Amino acid sequence: MKKNDIILLCSVLLIAAIAFFMGTVLLDGSGDTVVVAVNGAEYARLPLDENTELLIQAENGTNKLIIKDGEAYITEASCPDKICVKTGKVTEMRSVVCLPNKVTVTLEKGD
Amino acid sequence: MSKEHSRAVNVKKLALCGMMTALAIVFGYVEHLIPFPIGIYGIKLGIANIAIVVAIYALGGRTALIISTIRILISTMLFGNGVSLAYSLCGGLLSTLVMMLMKRSSRLSCIGVSVCGGIVHNIAQLAVAVAVVDNLKIAFYLPVLLAAGAITGFLVGSCSLLVLKNAYVRSITDLIRQNNTPN
Repeated sequence: MKKNDIILLCSVLLIAAIAFFMGTVLLDGSGDTVVVAVNGAEYARLPLDENTELLIQAENGTNKLIIKDGEAYITEASCPDKICVKTGKVTEMRSVVCLPNKVTVTLEKGD
Repeated sequence: MSKEHSRAVNVKKLALCGMMTALAIVFGYVEHLIPFPIGIYGIKLGIANIAIVVAIYALGGRTALIISTIRILISTMLFGNGVSLAYSLCGGLLSTLVMMLMKRSSRLSCIGVSVCGGIVHNIAQLAVAVAVVDNLKIAFYLPVLLAAGAITGFLVGSCSLLVLKNAYVRSITDLIRQNNTPN
């Protein structure tokens, strides 16, 4: 291993950490509206403080979105990988994405 | 160097190419079987890339690019679907290409080259994901994916270094290298 390798690895990790930190500080805690989009088009816009359930019907399958106690997450998905379920609750930095169904669930600041 | 000898080395190289491709496919399959509890697309070990990194050093960049393409096409036919092909091709080919170029500059060892490959792989896949879901907001995943790409790239590179240090692998690599340079 060369010295350059270590410099490269450390600088990338540092940049990633700074970007992550800045994103967290600037964005987190400001969103109050859950925006569901399918294929880039807005599908639903729901307030985060109301408990609801929504079955998102995309062209390739379905995802079940739950909003409960100020947290939004997906509990069921028709795709095999279930990554959107594993992602957990939506935050400003961490949108929940289902690539097979082209569904994104993001948290935004309402108007 | 005699013509016969040169042909023998070429056959050896061809056999090695086939073996590397098979190895990359099997690694990809084994990885597919290991459950991974992180709910973020694009974060995985990428052990199939050990075969690609080794191929870049042992067989040359262009050969590695061909191996990478064939691996992706066959893996997709066996385990994937049309959508996953776009991600895999974009990530796989771009990262192999960048690794090729980084290796040429020879400022990095194979660990650093592999780190570059991991980062480029994840950036390319995120770009495809942004295009597919048509939502720029998921670009906030970038810092996490950068770090993940760097770390997995480091691990893959370290494994590749161990393989490339092996005496038998080195003897074959030297043989192929001598054959490639016209004398």
